[in-house]
Formats: sequence, structure tokens, C-alpha cells
Amino acid sequence: MGIIRILAPYLTLLRPNLVQNHQLIMARRLYASRTIGVDKNVWVEFTQLAADYKAVNLGQGFPDFSPPQFVQDAFCKAVSGGPQMHQYTRAFGHPRLVKSLAKFFSRVVGHEIDPFEDVLVTVGAYQALFCAFQALIDDGDEVIIVEPFFDCYQPMVLMAGGTAVYVPLRPKGGSSVLSSGDWVLSAEELASKITPRTKAIVINTPNNPLGKVYKVEELQMIADLCIKHDLLCFSDEVYEWLTYDGAKHVKIASLPGMWERTITVGSAGKTFSATGWKVGWAISSGKLIKHMKIIHQNSVYHCATAAQEAVSHGFDREYELFGTPESYFQQLPATLHQKRQKLASCLRSVGLQPVMPEGGYFMITDISSVNVDLNDESTKNESYDFRFVKWLIKEKGLATIPVSAFFSPEHSKEFDKYIRFCFVKEDSTLEAAEEILRKWSQKE
Amino acid sequence: MASRHTHAKRIEGLDKNVWVAFTSLAADPSIVNLGQGFPDIPPPSYVKDALAKAASVDRMNQYTRGFGHPSLVKALSQVYGKVYSRQVDPLKEILVTVGGYGSLFSTIQGLVDEGDEVIIVEPFFDCYVPMVRMAGAKPVLIPLRPKPGKKTVSSADWYLDPDELSAKFSSKTKAIIINTPNNPIGKVFTRGELQMIADLCIKHDTLCFSDEVYEWLVYKGHQHVKIATLPGMWDRTITIGSAGKTFSVTGWKLGWSIGPEHLIKHLQTVMQNTLYTCPTPLQEAVAQGLLLNYKLMGQPDCYFSSLAEELEGKRDHLAAILQEAGMSPVVPEGGYFMLVDVTPLNQDLSHMGDDEAYDYKFVKWMIKEKKLAAIPVTAFVGEESKEQFEKYIRLCFIKEDSTLEAAGDILKNWRKV
Repeated sequence: MGIIRILAPYLTLLRPNLVQNHQLIMARRLYASRTIGVDKNVWVEFTQLAADYKAVNLGQGFPDFSPPQFVQDAFCKAVSGGPQMHQYTRAFGHPRLVKSLAKFFSRVVGHEIDPFEDVLVTVGAYQALFCAFQALIDDGDEVIIVEPFFDCYQPMVLMAGGTAVYVPLRPKGGSSVLSSGDWVLSAEELASKITPRTKAIVINTPNNPLGKVYKVEELQMIADLCIKHDLLCFSDEVYEWLTYDGAKHVKIASLPGMWERTITVGSAGKTFSATGWKVGWAISSGKLIKHMKIIHQNSVYHCATAAQEAVSHGFDREYELFGTPESYFQQLPATLHQKRQKLASCLRSVGLQPVMPEGGYFMITDISSVNVDLNDESTKNESYDFRFVKWLIKEKGLATIPVSAFFSPEHSKEFDKYIRFCFVKEDSTLEAAEEILRKWSQKE
Repeated sequence: MASRHTHAKRIEGLDKNVWVAFTSLAADPSIVNLGQGFPDIPPPSYVKDALAKAASVDRMNQYTRGFGHPSLVKALSQVYGKVYSRQVDPLKEILVTVGGYGSLFSTIQGLVDEGDEVIIVEPFFDCYVPMVRMAGAKPVLIPLRPKPGKKTVSSADWYLDPDELSAKFSSKTKAIIINTPNNPIGKVFTRGELQMIADLCIKHDTLCFSDEVYEWLVYKGHQHVKIATLPGMWDRTITIGSAGKTFSVTGWKLGWSIGPEHLIKHLQTVMQNTLYTCPTPLQEAVAQGLLLNYKLMGQPDCYFSSLAEELEGKRDHLAAILQEAGMSPVVPEGGYFMLVDVTPLNQDLSHMGDDEAYDYKFVKWMIKEKKLAAIPVTAFVGEESKEQFEKYIRLCFIKEDSTLEAAGDILKNWRKV
């Protein structure tokens, strides 16, 4: 039993008994113990702060430009389609969409994907991850999370009664670390974290926040361990189309022996720059998907119909144009490649040291060379990067995200001199950020 | 290989699902489908227009506030502020979820612990039991019973026995789930009945989860009462609503939970760890629909009342058709389902074996032989109550007149081979 479960009854003594209008409402504890320790959230705090100070927002990861015209048109068409577009569709995924996904990804993975057995459509990749953890992680199971990690993995493991075990990507070669490719996983360190209770390993490629795109040999190393120890692999690949400088996205599920033990998670929001549509999916062997379907049918049951119809048309178009210059999956990374360059040179010009991401939406920057007086009593006890980011929002009007938020408590102190920028923004937003940074460096 | 890839214990025994079984059976277009509960009538055009308009705004295609899009929670706060006659804080007392279903899930996951007991009134919308079980808690069932000596001709002929209900409360009872108007019976709980339940909640210090997705669909002579408005109940009640049922857009999958901050905050914790945020353009469109109707509340062209009026006509039409065919409909006071007692038909189904309840066999037979789909009512009850309900099937009447006519034709010709 996890330590938090053991402490739960004592924790209730620490929370004041709920008294409303001098009346005690429910003498016994209100909340379920699965919600203990998962209530804090970095996004809630920082998006509020960015809004309060009207900061130029390179913080939260969403485009400030529109989705491509062809998916917007597909959505409009769905909305004005027949009445069935506004009523329930198939619970595990709109038939048209699961067929489009199966067809598209069968070609990518090199494995025949059954649309009705091997695909589950979810409310964003977020809910796909939730279904995976809830369906497959039990009390006492250990889950290895590679750091830095998208922050939701940890509370999801906890909520499923599991224990998170962390293995960090570390910059090799000391201080001159200029690319996300320089951050690597130690095979020995990873192997040492595996115990008889280890159930799964979670990887994210391209990685948020670092931007690392795992090479095939790195994935093979992980795959070898999964097979040797009979582990599951949850592979979060929401940024799969966003790779730069010729880096190639490899699906760990396509490696020998991995299809039946890997759940690959994808996102229409990141694929088609429509994060607000919240359409995602999990693709895996039917044997694993069937367990996730049970969680899905007992939590949300259906996903919205019209958005699924639109995403389906998007994938059909991309299937035909795959590999050609008209493909959005070519055009978007090309556009972002240029924005990535723009932001990096702007950061360098003011003396900051960006780590060039090989993929994804984000760039982390080493701020240890920056000398500022973080004279803010209210943030005194927080880690350096948290304090720096808050200072940057309040004093300079520029919003970013502190990178230690993506590390475990045990390792966050080692990585508290980095902040994360999102460059999937209009040029005007990036220029506004550039202006702020330039003014700041000129004053020094 | 497969031995270590075992599923988590929480999903044990939760795989069966009546919808999965019956929606595929009824999917054949030649079948007249009065089964699954979704309209085949169009939603009001202004909500579709609002959705198209929302999707054309860049910002509306990206993430919005996790606990609910600002314009939507504000609109909900206005509408329900009026309905509850109290201020409802849009940021702290409302959570937007993926349908009423998502609200039930967030509520149960946030507030029900392993070892808790949750009282559920039968017949119940089928997801309550698996959701309670997934939370590691024990469902304690209590059936609505037909009033003694009365034939069941109306949903008002079913009642909860106060002594029976009282006996179901124990020191482990965390909550009671009620659904008014009720699916599948259509019962609209009276103020007196709700007061009886409220008294027990207060006496035993339990929570109340009130599923009110059909709240606007109440027919003449009946009034929807919110248990959260009874004294002492606001602080211990979560009330669930649905855009899908309110605006006839079940495929939008948006719902909401309304309650006191000290309860809603735990639902918000669940939300931020399950799917984080609901789709933006859909929320914006629902907000527009609510604002439009808020201004019309109390007037005949408010959709909240005009839909109920339209459905009352369909209800009466279907009831008449069923009576003509020799069946005994239970006329609902609310909602869009009608139970039908098929006993008078005396249909011999012994050729279908013994392993299923009568209504399951009847519906399967009816789909195959008569090309008419319904839902068996024992899907909504526990093992012990199956015998009480196995002569009833559920029909959905939020359908085009042509669909109801087609059902009528099948029923008129029932006796003919």
C-alpha cells in the first residue's frame, strides 16, 4: 500500500473539518482518497498569472494561429451535415474516423491495424493516457517515467494506485549542451530502476519540454528492456509530425515484439493545430485496447461526433498527400522550423542559451548565466526557475513555464535553471517577445 | 507473454454493456429504432449556427479554461442562478464535463471511496452501478415499486417506500444517487418525495448526487423540483445537467455539475487528471444557446419549454398507438422514454431458451421479427429486481413523427403474421 494511502486517515486531521455557517457538513471526509496529492496543477497557476499581467504568452502549449483551412472546412461541413452529426456516434470512435486512423497508421507502422479492435478514440490524448493508466495500472504497480515528463503522467500513475519511478534524461558532455539530441538516457540507470513490480514505462517522443526525438537505437534499448522484463510501454507521440533538421520520428510500436505491448497515443489537436477540439486516440493490440474500452465506457462513453468527422476528413486528405509538399505534415514542421530558428537566435542575442529541440512545440533555455535580483518575498521558498518565471511575467511581461515542473521532486533541484518557451505562435507574438528581450538586455 | 499484461482490478466485471449489445442489433436501417435515447429530430438551428460561428474564430479552436469555458460557466451561472434562486459562482460552483456521463464520473471518482456504500434507486440509468463499482464502492439498490392495488398506467404509480429506503442507509453510506425525471420510467419525483430523501441524507449525513439531465422535459401538471433547493441540501448535493438533452445535441457530449465549492473542487481535481478540458467551440455554442433562452425563460418560445410541449404531443401519440396494439404503456410525467408492459401480448418466447430475462428475449425477438427496436428494462435493475421488471420494455419517443408512425404501423399489424 502506498505511503499516501497509509497516511490518508491522518491527513484528514490536517484538513480542517468543513464548517459552513457554523454547521458541520459531513463529519466524515468528503473527498475520495484517490484525489489526495493530485490537486495541485502548474497550468492553473501560470496561465492565471500570464493573464493577470497580460504577458506575451510563450507559456502554455497551443498555437495562436488557426488550424489549416481544410480541417476548418471539414468541421463546418460536419456541423451543417445531417442530424446524425449532432447525435451520439459509436462509443469507441466514430466509424469514419477509426477507419481513417487505421488506414493511415497501418501504412506508417507497417502493421495491419483493425479500426474496431485496435483503435480507441478519446477526448484528447490526455484521456487516452488516463484510460491506459486506469485500465492497466493497479495498486502497487511501478511505472517508470522518463524525465522531463509532461506533468500529467505522475498524478495519473498516483490516481491509479501506482508508484512512479523516475529516470532522467541527462545532458551529456557537461556544460555545452546545445541540442535536445545531447540529452540521453543511461541504459544502466534505466535497467537499475526495473523491479519485479514494474508494470510499464512511459516515454514521450518528440519530448515535451525538451524536444528530444528518440533515435531508433535509443528506442531499441528501451524495447529490449520491455521485452526482457515483460513490460508495457505507453508511448505519447502527440508531436509525431513535428521534427526538424532531418530528425526522424520512430514509433516504438513498430519495433519487433513491441506491437502487442505498446499503447501509442496521438492527438488531433497537435496534428491539426486544433487543440480546442480535444480529439485523441490510442492505438495498440486489441488485447490492450479492450481493457481501455472498459474505462472509456464507464467514464465518458462517447466523444463529440462532429469533430471526429472533421478529423477523419483531415486524415484522408493527408493519406493522399503523404510525403508531398502539399501535406500539412510537411508544411507545419517547415513553418515551425523557421519559428524555432527565430526564437533561438533571439534568445542567443540576449545571452541566453537555448537547447535546440529536434522536435515538438517547445524550446528550453538555460538561464544560469542571467543575473537578476529576484527580489520577491512571495516566491522566496520556491525553486529558482519558478521564481525566475514569475519575475519575468511580472517585471518584463513575458510568460514562460519553469522546467523543474516537469521533473520529479527527487531530481527537480538538478534542473531548476531552465525555462520553457513555446514557439508555435504567430510571428507577431515571437517578435513581441523578441522586443521585450532586446530591451531587457540593452538595459544591462 | 500475456500473463503480466493483466488488467487492473478496477475493471473486473465491468465489461458488459447493454448499449454495445443492442445498438449494433438495431443499426440495420430497415429497423424502426425506438431504442437508444437520442433524437432523430433536428436540434434548434441557432445552436448549429453558433457552433459554425465559434469554429470560425481562431482562438475558439484552441484550449480553453479547464473547468469550463468562461462564457459557458457564466451562462450556466445565469440560467441556474435564476432556477435555484441563489447566486451560483461560475468559477467555483460549476464544472463542465463530457456530457452528463462525465459529470457522474467526476462526481463518483471525486467523492466516493473504496468501501463506501452508495444507494441507487432502481430502475437506474445503467452506468451508475459500474461507476460506483469502479470506485471500489458497493451499490445498494432499492426499487421503485408500483403503488399497491394500482395498475401501472403512469410513472406516478411508482413510489419509493420510506421505510425500505431508510433501512438501506448504514454508517458506510456516502451518497444516494437519484434521477429525476427518471430514465427509464419517466417518474418526476414530487417535492414530498424529495423531502423524504433529503431528510434521510441529513439524518445520516450523506451526499446526494442528483442526475437531472431531463430537467426541462416535464409535462403538464408536473413540476421539476431540485433537491438541492431543499433546506440543508445545497451543501451536500451535486446536480448534473446536460447540453445534449437540453438542446437535442447528444453528440456534443457536454454536461455540467453544479454544487458547493467544497464538493465541486474535488470534481475539478478529477477533471484535471482525466481529460483536463472540454472542446472549446462546442462550449461556446452551448453558451450562446443558453444566453438566448435565458432571455426567453418563462415564455412559450423558450426552447426549455417548447421542446417539452413538442414531446408531450409525441408522448400521447405513442401511448395511443401502444394502447391500440393491446399493450399497456406507462405514461411518463417527464423525460423522453416510455415503459410498456408487454404482458397482454402473451408472446411465447420459450423457444429462445432460459438464460436471459424475458424482456431481453422479447426485444431481441421484436427486433428480428417485427423490425422494431426497444431497450429491455432489466438492463436498468439489479439481479433481485429483475422479476419485477422483466415484462417491461423501454421506448424512446424523441423521434420524428414519421418514425413514430412507422412504429405505429408495425404495432397495428402485430397480430398479423
